[in-house]
Parts: sequence; structure tokens; C-alpha cells
Amino acid sequence: MRITRYLTLWLLLVALVGTAQAQQDDPARSLLEALASASYAAKGEAIDAIVESGDARSRAWLEALNDGKLQKNKKTGQFVVVLANRGRNWPVEDALSGEPLGEMSRRELDRIGINNALRGQLRSTLAVLDLYVDNPDARLQAANDLLGQVDEAMMAPLNAVRDQESNEAVRDRLTEALAIYRLEQGDPQAIETLRGSLHPEARAALNGVVAGADAKLAAEAKAALSGIEQTLKINRGVETLYFGLSLGSVLVLAAIGLAITFGVMGVINMAHGELIMLGAYTSWGMQQLLPGQPGLAVILSIPAGFLVAGLAGVAIERCVIQFLKGRPLETLLATFGVSLILQQLVRTLISPLNRTVVTPEWMSGSLVINDALSLTLNRLYVLGFALLVFAALMLVMRRTRLGLEVRAVTQNRAMARSMGIRATRVDMLTFGLGAGVAGLAGVALAQLTNVGPNLGQSYIIDSFMVVVFGGVGNLWGTLVAGMSLGVINQVLEPWAGAVLAKIIVLVFIILFIQKRPRGLFPQKGRAAEG
Amino acid sequence: MNTSTPSARWLVAALLSLGVAVPAQAQENDPIKVGILHSLTGTMAISESTLKDTMLMLIEQQNAEGGLLGRQLEPVVVDPASNWPLFAEKARELLAQDKVDVIFGNWTSVSRKSVLPVVEELNGLLFYPVQYEGEESSENVFYTGAAPNQQAIPAVNYLKDNVGVERWVLAGTDYVYPRTTNKILEAYLKGHGVADEDIMINYTPFGHSDWQNIVSEIKRFGSEGKKTAVVSTINGDANVPFYRELGNQGIDAADIPVVAFSVGEQELSGIDTGPLVGHLAAWNYFMSVDNDANYDFIDAWIDYTGDEMSVTNDPMEAHYIGFNMWLEAVRKAGTADVDAVKDAIIGVTVPNLTGGYAAMMPNHHITKPVLIGEIQDNGQFSVVWETPSTVAGDAWSDYLDGSRDLISDWRKPMECGNYNVVEGSCGGGVEAE
Repeated sequence: MRITRYLTLWLLLVALVGTAQAQQDDPARSLLEALASASYAAKGEAIDAIVESGDARSRAWLEALNDGKLQKNKKTGQFVVVLANRGRNWPVEDALSGEPLGEMSRRELDRIGINNALRGQLRSTLAVLDLYVDNPDARLQAANDLLGQVDEAMMAPLNAVRDQESNEAVRDRLTEALAIYRLEQGDPQAIETLRGSLHPEARAALNGVVAGADAKLAAEAKAALSGIEQTLKINRGVETLYFGLSLGSVLVLAAIGLAITFGVMGVINMAHGELIMLGAYTSWGMQQLLPGQPGLAVILSIPAGFLVAGLAGVAIERCVIQFLKGRPLETLLATFGVSLILQQLVRTLISPLNRTVVTPEWMSGSLVINDALSLTLNRLYVLGFALLVFAALMLVMRRTRLGLEVRAVTQNRAMARSMGIRATRVDMLTFGLGAGVAGLAGVALAQLTNVGPNLGQSYIIDSFMVVVFGGVGNLWGTLVAGMSLGVINQVLEPWAGAVLAKIIVLVFIILFIQKRPRGLFPQKGRAAEG
Repeated sequence: MNTSTPSARWLVAALLSLGVAVPAQAQENDPIKVGILHSLTGTMAISESTLKDTMLMLIEQQNAEGGLLGRQLEPVVVDPASNWPLFAEKARELLAQDKVDVIFGNWTSVSRKSVLPVVEELNGLLFYPVQYEGEESSENVFYTGAAPNQQAIPAVNYLKDNVGVERWVLAGTDYVYPRTTNKILEAYLKGHGVADEDIMINYTPFGHSDWQNIVSEIKRFGSEGKKTAVVSTINGDANVPFYRELGNQGIDAADIPVVAFSVGEQELSGIDTGPLVGHLAAWNYFMSVDNDANYDFIDAWIDYTGDEMSVTNDPMEAHYIGFNMWLEAVRKAGTADVDAVKDAIIGVTVPNLTGGYAAMMPNHHITKPVLIGEIQDNGQFSVVWETPSTVAGDAWSDYLDGSRDLISDWRKPMECGNYNVVEGSCGGGVEAE
């Protein structure tokens, strides 16, 4: 019986901590031997047998099996746990005695494979065990994993666990998990428990009942579902808004550097995307320098990305753009050339392949608001970062000497020069600033998308679009334009599809620019003439 | 230089005639030229540059073993730069100027379509190593990648029969391969009793990076009480943000598995696969296949690249098979002459890297086993299912109107790529898209 099985396992887990290893390992060996069977059904039974055996190591075995790290030496038949499985040679330890066995090659080992069905079985098995741990977060996670996974054998122990549970969230989750199972068995009371639940498993169970044979039950389930649908609609609206703002923040980040170089200085910089790419590669490089500390690397790559892209920007300005002052067509072509050179440079020096940028622990996963609404953390950080960069940039332009000089030079170059401002130096620094901000965008994008030689290309058009739509020369315009384009795009996407949504947005911008050629926030006064 | 003096003109003419005469004379000892037509720059360099290296490695190995017919093999590498029309130009350059005996190349279907008329006009040989949408057959092209019946259909069958999937999301990048494949799959699923509302089709542009909405829509679609799976024909670069979004929104493989046709070891090397464990891919080869021939190939590849972490993938195996088939056919024909090799190669059987054999069929497709693998946390796949025997590639899908009645057989006397069995004539059928 599985009830007793779980209880004995738990008791043994507690009791055996610290006690001596059993001398006789033959039964344990045969347990693992059963796992090495070719059929998945037999493996499922072998997992049950391991749980029933109550062996203290069974938890470690099941976890290793779940991770695909429980393997068998082809020649000696020894069972080992692989500790790290990258490359060709892996460090291993004996699965029975736990003693390290040095490195073994991939060739020598035979993995005990599992599939999704077995993974589900393992997960619910491990989750039941996790319900007994002290950490309430781990218990909640375990209870979450059990939603939709409960079977007859688990009912009794789960009920017992729930009655003893002190944490309310965990208790509610367990009640829900049990109700889903009861509903599947046709218990009308379970509908009451599930009313208002937003979890997909609960809805799946209710939907299952609606489609089922019992008409009375189906009607009740339908009523419960329609209530849920109402709440979901609101959640969906919030979600779409968040998606839009998130996409908008990416657009703003990508475009804000361009808003300075193109908007303020009037330089059509086709290499802007590649400056973003340099920032992303800096983020990758930083992770290579600091292996194992992705969080620190991300934080350090913010200043590093700014510097690398900024210096590259200064170099481009010094070597190319300053000689093409006032010749927009030539600037466009020259910077396009620069962009191709930078792309190919990365391909040749680093690799044409995409690089992995690891997302630090605190940036992955999502912030759970409720079961139907969770905000992905990496995008939340990027959204915050975009606003921060924008605020910092506003501060630089409004409050610093450099900002003052930049505004002076762009408004009236000759006058500014006659007041003693070194216009060429200001040009250089402004371009460097714009490029550096592009680098910051790259650092953020490295957390969202591919880090590869083509990264920049995919953002250059969007960036120009945002700047032109927002009004050339106006940073606020860029912010508002980016955010609104993001939201429009995400609102359109569900019913128009991604391809059509993009087209509609482009058409909208074309029409808008026809009507208001200077964008959302046109520059007024004499500056607009220059 | 634009000289117009008569003497200079004579000199040029003399040189030209020499140039024509020399190859004819020295053919016995000249190297056999192998053209490699893969993008080394531009968007496709990410996938294609490894195939160029694979070919160079295979040629190097063959030369170390004494070459072919006592002659050395000489690779001729050109760079079509991910530019589809340039593929045609470079193919022309390889065939007309460099006079290569065979070409290994192309990745995208659109580049293959651009090269096709050139190879047919100049009577070249092209080995195409990537899985594709089918609906094509050429006398001069050998398809060593999978046709839809060697990848898509078995994968859907696996989900249907072994996982119990009833609702389907067909998500793809908006171009010819996903559109054709999804059309075939849709027809296939409906033929097996799947209702219209249980199929959701979604296309995204190339390099799409904002997947929030689509992933949450998939999540919603999957929470309506029936087991749901995503069949993904999303192309290369767009996959990283797609899988990241899947991981972040917590779509678990146990709830909604995603089976991909364009994601291999190389694509995964750009992603942290921790959250993706259990999602699936269908290929004819995985790097993790437990087989000595495969391990030898991996060792050779790692030695060749000098990078302990470099991975192998399905199109590399296709080139391995294609190259060995071509070698075998040249040996059988006793010459590298295109027409002779074309006839000799049909029926040639060589070992593949998964422990079986691949045979060249009369329709210029090969036999392959179909493997379903689940993603592991180390960026590799573990095989969870495979076809009991190899499957022969079918050029014309049995599930599309207009192509159902077509067969392809390049043996004499039929020698036809689109023979209509109903009308009994070659090329008489409706031209399928």
C-alpha cells in the first residue's frame, strides 16, 4: 500500500540520519538493477519499489534519476551518480557507497533514461517527501507540484499532512490538490472548494467535468468556471499591459541611445545596433571572467558595457563621423559599413555561434501575483532598469555641464563655439554617451534574447521607429513612444498574430508621420529649424 | 587592364586555350574537387559554418586514408553570405569556374530553391543536409536531411499515442518550411479526428524576440482540460527567447511538452537548459546516441575544433552520411563523373552514426531512423523513443492534395521526379506548392 510506503519512507528518513550504512548492499543493488530495465513501465514499478524499500539513500537515488545522473558502468555494472555532466569525462561517485570514483568517460556509462511520464511520477513522489521538511517555501512548492498529481493512494497521507500543516498557504494548496482529485472522482462538494481558483489544473479539472457525462455536476462546474473566467479577464488585461510595458521598455532601452546620437546630434548611426551588441558581448565576457558568479557579473557588466560601447562610440566618432559632418547620406553609408565590420569582427574573433549568458538566480522565474498572473522577473528588472537609465540620462542632460553644452551645441553650433565651448569635444562625448547607453541596452538584452553577431540588426529598425515616432530630439518622446508602441503591439498581437501586429504598427506609424511629421513631441522654437 | 593591341589579344587567346587544354590532360592525377557552399557570414553563419568545418574534417580524414580512386580530394570553399541570390551565383562559380565534382551545401529551403536551377542547368551534384518540407525532387539534388515523414509525422505520432496529446499548438516561423510542414501536420491531425478548435496555429517573424503574449496564450490554450502539446517549427535564433519565456512562465514539460524540429544541440548551446528539461525534439541523430561510431565521430570533431565543449548535431550526421555515400558511389562508378555517380549512388548503403545503415532511395532521399529526445540539463538530449526500423524519405507528402499521387523515381527508365500514378504521366500532376 502506498500510504504506508510514504510513511515508512519518511520515518526511515528521519530515523536513519547519521546511522551507519547497511553492510549488506545486495537488496539495494537489485533495486537499482530493476531501474536499468528497458521498459518505462518496469522503471515506474522499480521507482515504487525503491520508495517502499525505505532505504535511506532512496531520496538521493530518485533525485539523481530525475536529473538523469544515475548511470551504470557498462563493463563493471557498477551504479554511479554523475556529479557534473558537461564535456566528455565526468566526475562520478558510487551510487551505493557514495565514495568518489574519479572521472569516467561518456563511453563507459549507460544512462538510466526517464521520460516525461516517469518524471511526473518522480516529481510527485519527491513532492510528498518534501511535505515533511521544515522550510515552508519548500512545502509550498511541493504542494504546488502535487496539483493534478494526486491519486487514490495519496489521499489518506495527504489528508493527514494537511490537518497537521501550520502554514495556511500550504494548507490551502493541499486542500485544492485534494479537491481536484475528488472532483475527478465526481464529488460535487469539490466544486465549492475550487470555486474562484485560478490555477490551470483546477480549471482543467472543471473543464473535464463540464465535458463529462454527469449533467448536474457539469452545470455546477460551468457556473464555477464562468466566475473564474470573469476574474481571469481582468488578470489577462493586467498581463497584457505588463507585456506591453515590458516590450516597451526594451524598445526604449534600445532607442534611447539613438535618441541622443540621432535625435540630439542628428547623426544617422546605422551601427547603433552593433553598439548594443557590444554591450551584450561585454555581459557575456564578464561572465567568462567571473565563472560561477552570474549575479556579480551582471552588475559589473553594467558599467563595463557602458565603457566598452562608449569607447567604441568615441572611436567611431573620431575615425568616421567627424569627417562627415552635415552629410547625412554619407554618414548613413559609412556607419552601415562600420556595422558590418563590427558584426564580422565578432564572428571572426569570438564565434558565429550564439553565446550563453546565464541568468542569475534572482532574475529567473517569476513574481507570482496569483495563479493566473505572474510577472516574469527578468523582464521586471529590465523594465526597472530602462526607467533608471532614462532618469539618469535626463539628469545628465538637464543638470550637468555636459548636458548644458550638448544642448547649446545642438541648438546653435556657431553661437556655442563663440561662447568658448569646444564643439568637437562635445560631439565626441555626446556620441560616446549615446553609444554607452546603447551598451547598457545590450547588457539588459543579453538577459532576454540571443547574444550573437546578429543581435544588433534586429533592433536597429525598431530603434529608429521609436525615435522618429516620439519626435526627434526629445527624450520624453522616446519614452512615451517606446512604451505606447510596446502596449499597442501586445494588445494587437493576440487577435492579429505577431506578423500582422508588426505590420499594423508600421502602417500606423507611417500614417501618423504623414499627419505629424515631427512625431509625438515636436521640438518647438528655433531649435526645430536647425 | 584593357589592351587592344593584336599581339596582346593573341597572347590572351593562347593562354585561354592552354587553360582549357590542361585540365583535360591532367585529369588522372588532379585532385577531385569538392565544393562547399555554406554561409560563413551573415545570419545563417551560426548554423552553416559548423557544416563547412564538418566537411573540411571529413575531407581531411579521407585524404589521410589515401584519398579517392588514388586521387586527393580538394575542398573548394565559397561564402554565399546568407544571401539567397548569391547562393545561385556561388553555385555557378563552383560548377562553371572551379569545375567541382560535387557540392555539399545549403541550409535554408529558400537558398536551396535558389541553387536548384543552376545545379540542374550545369548538371552538378548537390547534397543537402537539412530537414526540409519535402514537395521537391530534382535529378541533381540528394536530400540527406529528413523529409516530413521522417521527422514531423513520427513526432506527432509519438505525442498522440505515447503521451496522449489531444490538443495541438503548431507554432512556427513565417516562411516556407514551417508553413508547408504545418499544412501537412494539420491535414494529418484532422485526418485522425482532431477537431478544428483543438488546433491552434501561430506564425511569428524571423528572429522574433518577444514571446510573452504567445507563451501565455499557449498556457491558456493548454488549460482547458485536454492534454496539450506544442509542435514547434520555430527557426534558429528565435528559439532562445522562446525557451527562456517558457521557462520563466513556468510551462513545464510534464504539462505542455514542446516538440521542436529545428532545435538541436547547437541551438541549445546558447541556452541554460535547466528549466527546459523534458521538452522534446525529433531528429534522426542526437549527440548523446550511445554508439561507438558516434563516439569516434565526436572525438574526431572535438580534436578537429580543439574545443572540448563543441557539439555535434543532426545536419552534421547528414553530411557524414552524404559524403560517405558519394565516396561509395564514386568508387562503384570508378569515376567522379556526375552522370555516372548519379546512377551509381542509388541503392548505396553506408553506416550512419546511430548504429544502423542509411540507403539512398530512387527518389534521392535516404533511409533514417526517427528519434525522439528529451532535453537534459546539460544541453543534450536523451532518446526516449525511436522508430523500430529506418524510415525511407518521401519526397511528396501523402497528406496533401496534389502531391498525394506523385512519386519520384530517378532510376532508368522512369527518371522522373514527379510521376503522377493516377494519370500515368511524368510532370502531369498538379504542381504542389
